[in-house]
Amino acid sequence: MNMPQPYATLPNQGTLPLKELPVLSYSEFFQTVSHLLGLEGHHCVACYGHRTLENIQIICCIADDLHHTIKVFSCLAEGNRLVRLASLAKTHFPMHLFEREIAENFGIEFMYHPWPKPVRYAWNRADKTQVINNYPFYRIDGNELHEVGVGPIHAGVIEPGHFRFLCNGETVLHLEIQLGWQHRGVEALFLEMPSLLQRTILSESIAGDTAVGHSLAFVNLMESLGNITVPEELELERTMALELERIAMHLGDLGNVNIGMAYQLASSVFGTLRTPLINYTQTWCGNRFGKGLNRVGGTHYPFNEELAKKLVTLLDKVEESFSPMSERLFSLPSFLMRAETIGRVTEKQMRLIGAVGMTARAAGIPSDIRQSHPFAAYKRYEIDHQTLEQGDVWARMMLRSLEVKDSIRFVRELAQRSGPATNPSSPIKEMDLKLMPDTFCISLVEGWRGEICHCAITNDRGELAHYKIKDPSFHNWMALALSLRDLEISDFPINNKSYNLSYCGFDL
Amino acid sequence: MQILPEVQILYRLGKQYIPDVTAPQVPGPFKGRPAISTERVDEDALASLCPTGAIGKAPVSIDMGKCVMCGECAFAFPHKIKFTTDYKIATNVRERLVVKEGETGPISLDETKVRNEIRSLFGRSLKLREISAGGSNADEAELNACGNPNFDMGRFGIEFLASPRHCDGIVITGPISENMAEATRICYEAIPSPKLIILVGSDAISGGIFAGSKALNRRFIEEHPIDLYVPGNPPHPLTFVNGILELIRKRKTR
Repeated sequence: MNMPQPYATLPNQGTLPLKELPVLSYSEFFQTVSHLLGLEGHHCVACYGHRTLENIQIICCIADDLHHTIKVFSCLAEGNRLVRLASLAKTHFPMHLFEREIAENFGIEFMYHPWPKPVRYAWNRADKTQVINNYPFYRIDGNELHEVGVGPIHAGVIEPGHFRFLCNGETVLHLEIQLGWQHRGVEALFLEMPSLLQRTILSESIAGDTAVGHSLAFVNLMESLGNITVPEELELERTMALELERIAMHLGDLGNVNIGMAYQLASSVFGTLRTPLINYTQTWCGNRFGKGLNRVGGTHYPFNEELAKKLVTLLDKVEESFSPMSERLFSLPSFLMRAETIGRVTEKQMRLIGAVGMTARAAGIPSDIRQSHPFAAYKRYEIDHQTLEQGDVWARMMLRSLEVKDSIRFVRELAQRSGPATNPSSPIKEMDLKLMPDTFCISLVEGWRGEICHCAITNDRGELAHYKIKDPSFHNWMALALSLRDLEISDFPINNKSYNLSYCGFDL
Repeated sequence: MQILPEVQILYRLGKQYIPDVTAPQVPGPFKGRPAISTERVDEDALASLCPTGAIGKAPVSIDMGKCVMCGECAFAFPHKIKFTTDYKIATNVRERLVVKEGETGPISLDETKVRNEIRSLFGRSLKLREISAGGSNADEAELNACGNPNFDMGRFGIEFLASPRHCDGIVITGPISENMAEATRICYEAIPSPKLIILVGSDAISGGIFAGSKALNRRFIEEHPIDLYVPGNPPHPLTFVNGILELIRKRKTR
């Protein structure tokens, strides 16, 4: 005897006819979220508003990591008048940012929300009187306290964000991170731009350092909506590209943290090892960041035996230099002193803020879409999964180091498995792509930072009616803020670099 | 004995720097300056392919300031358009970024338009303040790479600094979001004169794939003279380094 469930169940990249998407009352919606988030292995991957003709539909996707499914349901909030809803964030804090985003975009008020603040000052926000220079920072008044404001323009060549430190002497009591400076209106552009190629290139530019990850989420989504199955070889290639991006970014970040620590040898060695890897990607597809590689239905740059041979030789060489450097680094007392216990965020805190990806894995949470909702070649081949307990700078660096080795091993295995290029399919022609009408689709990918989620809705003519993007940094910026609690302000740079979160991925 | 592992690591890594940054070849599929043949094609079909409207008709041309280097035109019309591996595509004149059919010469700077003080003051030392204004972090990563052990532009006295007060110019990446428009202006004003403005990447030069987004504010670009355009998506570090060298290098006067 099965009770009807208040949600539809989808696999990763599953599609759902809109008429089968449950529309609940808000109290049912509230209860369903509360119930599901209380179950083991469940977390919310997306919850967002979508303006329909008369209403705002709030769609919630909760992933069941144990059973590899995603539970989808929705509710309606009336448009055109002030709507007040009870906040879920009060009891389920990971929902806080989803609710803030809905509040900012649609003017819906969430009552008893613990942290009701602007998110990114999107151009199409509900209240245009809210401007980025007037952000309501948290304040503590006291004779002994002072504030340090940094940004939006920082010392280095990095993206803009504002950091407000509330300090007692050198010790940080509270760090508030204000984002939105990078907002380019990406989600709206997905609908405004009519061509598939434009949208594909847009997906590569959501976060330039995750070009492969985000474009993979996009092409997977389009292929599901367009009923296209891609050959195994193509999935293999895409997986290799994604892992190469992971290795290159992890190497770059290991180098960057060492710049912050003033350990020049390691920063040079790791930084220098990244170069041949991204140059390899350039040899493959002409772009050092893998732009141009992921296309719907096929590829312009089929992997071949020669590329495979080159790749295996390169990975051997990288590993040969990487291993002794990493061994040396993690045995240096001067390094350990700077990294161990610094910027520690506990597993409990990480669960509370809904951290994902490597940020979560460095604090004891096995969050990994490659395992929980496999896509591309991860459906057939398993990569080793690492989880560390400490949640400090050391753990985030050690995890990167371990993942570099795992990914090298995995890519080498895939490269050797890939046969000679068997009639590589070209990307699908624009007019041949027919998206299913009135359909919802969700696509999850584990980028190097963590869980990337793209959702789309089509209208009755099979055109995109809504597009929603979530970068892992959406959740993880809060982890950096927590890391700084009771830490000396001078430890900020190494903490920031140990996370290396995305500004434009958050700001969209 | 303590120092030995470090020495071994360095030895194994070997020499990394590129001795002459004006000379290296980049591998085949890299897309640099396009070469457009005079072959007759359906120009409407060709132009409509381009995701950023970079392809012009009669004569067929590609605006490198708009091009996002996807290469789709070269795949569809392989006899009409080829992308060469020539990465020296930076220039100080916006119109020179437009490559027309039949043109095979390199993209170069207009010497007459380079202000005198640029070479007399910045020829041996150029300090720059980078502003990411909606940049996707790919352009920024490539600018960081310009200073790494491989490209090492520090050897020419070119460097990114933190304070605009210590700088000779700004480098802008990204299409300039509305939310960054004021910060961009304030930062530029904080730099002592004479000063440069360098645009890096198609996003900065034309808005790139984001052109037309309502979240942008490109007034700053319209109101200020630009000293160097460095096209690409993102530009290769060699494009940036060579472009700057061309701009500041003291040349023999003819």
